[in-house]
Amino acid sequence: MAKVLVVTSGKGGVGKTTSTAALGAALAQTGQNVVVVDFDVGLRNLDLVMGAERRVVFDLINVIQGDAKLSQALIRDKRIETLSILPASQTRDKDALTAEGVARVMQELREKFDWVICDSPAGIERGAQLAMYHADYAIVVTNPEVSSVRDSDRIIGMLDSTTEKAKGGGKVEKHLLLTRYDPARAARGEMLRIEDVLEILSIPLLGIIPESEEVLRASNLGAPVTLSSPDSPPARAYAEAARRLEGEKLEVTVPTERKGLFARLFKGRN
Amino acid sequence: MPDELRPTPKIRARGRSFLALVLSPEPMLADWLAGLDAQIARSSTFFAGKPVILDLSLLNAQTEGLADLYPALRARGIRIIGIEGGDTSWPACAQWDWPAGFMGGRASGAVEIPEDSAPPPPEAPRGSSMIIEQPIRSGQVIMNPDGDIIIVGSVGSGAEVTAGGSIHVYGALRGRAIAGMNGQPDARIFAQSMQAELLAIDGYYITAEEIDPRYVQQPAQIVLSNDTLVVQPLVPPAFAGRKS
Repeated sequence: MAKVLVVTSGKGGVGKTTSTAALGAALAQTGQNVVVVDFDVGLRNLDLVMGAERRVVFDLINVIQGDAKLSQALIRDKRIETLSILPASQTRDKDALTAEGVARVMQELREKFDWVICDSPAGIERGAQLAMYHADYAIVVTNPEVSSVRDSDRIIGMLDSTTEKAKGGGKVEKHLLLTRYDPARAARGEMLRIEDVLEILSIPLLGIIPESEEVLRASNLGAPVTLSSPDSPPARAYAEAARRLEGEKLEVTVPTERKGLFARLFKGRN
Repeated sequence: MPDELRPTPKIRARGRSFLALVLSPEPMLADWLAGLDAQIARSSTFFAGKPVILDLSLLNAQTEGLADLYPALRARGIRIIGIEGGDTSWPACAQWDWPAGFMGGRASGAVEIPEDSAPPPPEAPRGSSMIIEQPIRSGQVIMNPDGDIIIVGSVGSGAEVTAGGSIHVYGALRGRAIAGMNGQPDARIFAQSMQAELLAIDGYYITAEEIDPRYVQQPAQIVLSNDTLVVQPLVPPAFAGRKS
């Protein structure tokens, strides 16, 4: 049974696309069939972060409008055979996404893949709503700062009310992915503490991704950070998050202010 | 100056008369609408900007399809300013947005509906080029189904240029270029710096990966030869042989 996952946040620039690519690659590396779907119609980026931008011919909108078959729009990753990407259209806007069209595509993806990971656009409008509508699981990407936390709170409310699951009386399983976490700045009190974020959002923690230049380097290379530098702290944090998604009970290794522990966990960064 | 002493401004109104068209639908409304559609097809702009009075005197409350008549006319862009010969109490018309009627008016005989000058020739003449002198940004779509597109500037990644004829880019082509969209296999694509994401002529396409790296970021043209897109360096023939 396929699992549909939405990576969402409300706020822009917190790391949705980076996280989608990194988690998608990490899950696919275990041999499972994974597709990452770019819902950011009009501002597509996932193809760039995945390094597939030179092979885009058809996109999600073409499939929704029946101009192309799903198999024509899916791009197989060159590094991992079990990883595919369904790109968004850059020349259209979110109005081109129809509820019925998205439902049809999601159903078809569920039949083909083990994991369907939807990269939501920022905001709470149509694009974001359609990205989350069919989700079984949600990864709420949040930065440790007040505006991001408040936007995430809003998104969690929407996950609990406007999704297909919620309308059917069920619940979307929600996980918090804390990204761009800088332990040094947190120690100086310049960032929200993890406990504070968890207390406000009160959803289970999937992982903490430390702020790292590796992430920026990876997206410029067009490779998920879990592939470009698998030993880097963010890549290892993503890999562990992926294992937790698969149900493994791993303690979240919080890069706390205790330098010793942090240095041991993520060598080479403090 | 106290208020009461200020003279009230005098409002002037001028007269202007328009010829309103009176449409009198006849029973078998579906057939009548089909006839109207045929008329509009022959004279596409006839109703544009013209006031129309809807005369229902040939119909009655039971006429089949009456309820949909008003929306059907609105959907065709016909601007109804008055309805006469009918009754707001007809149940079928209850949902209509009855415009306030006009008084008076003088009948002025039948109006000839002009036909559009000869139907467009099957082969649209090439040559209506489109010249653009600014960069085409990501997400922008430029389309000229009738002729060439000439861009003095660059085409950004994620932009799309679609032409019935050829595409000329005097700058970097980083987006998509689709030439010969209406089935012109002799259309070409030219770029001063070839970095396209996708190139298509007459429905045949290649993606960035299939472009020979030797031509990337070089002046190049793309031609369709035996149903295959061929990328060629853009070198004047006289010098082609001397290329080192």
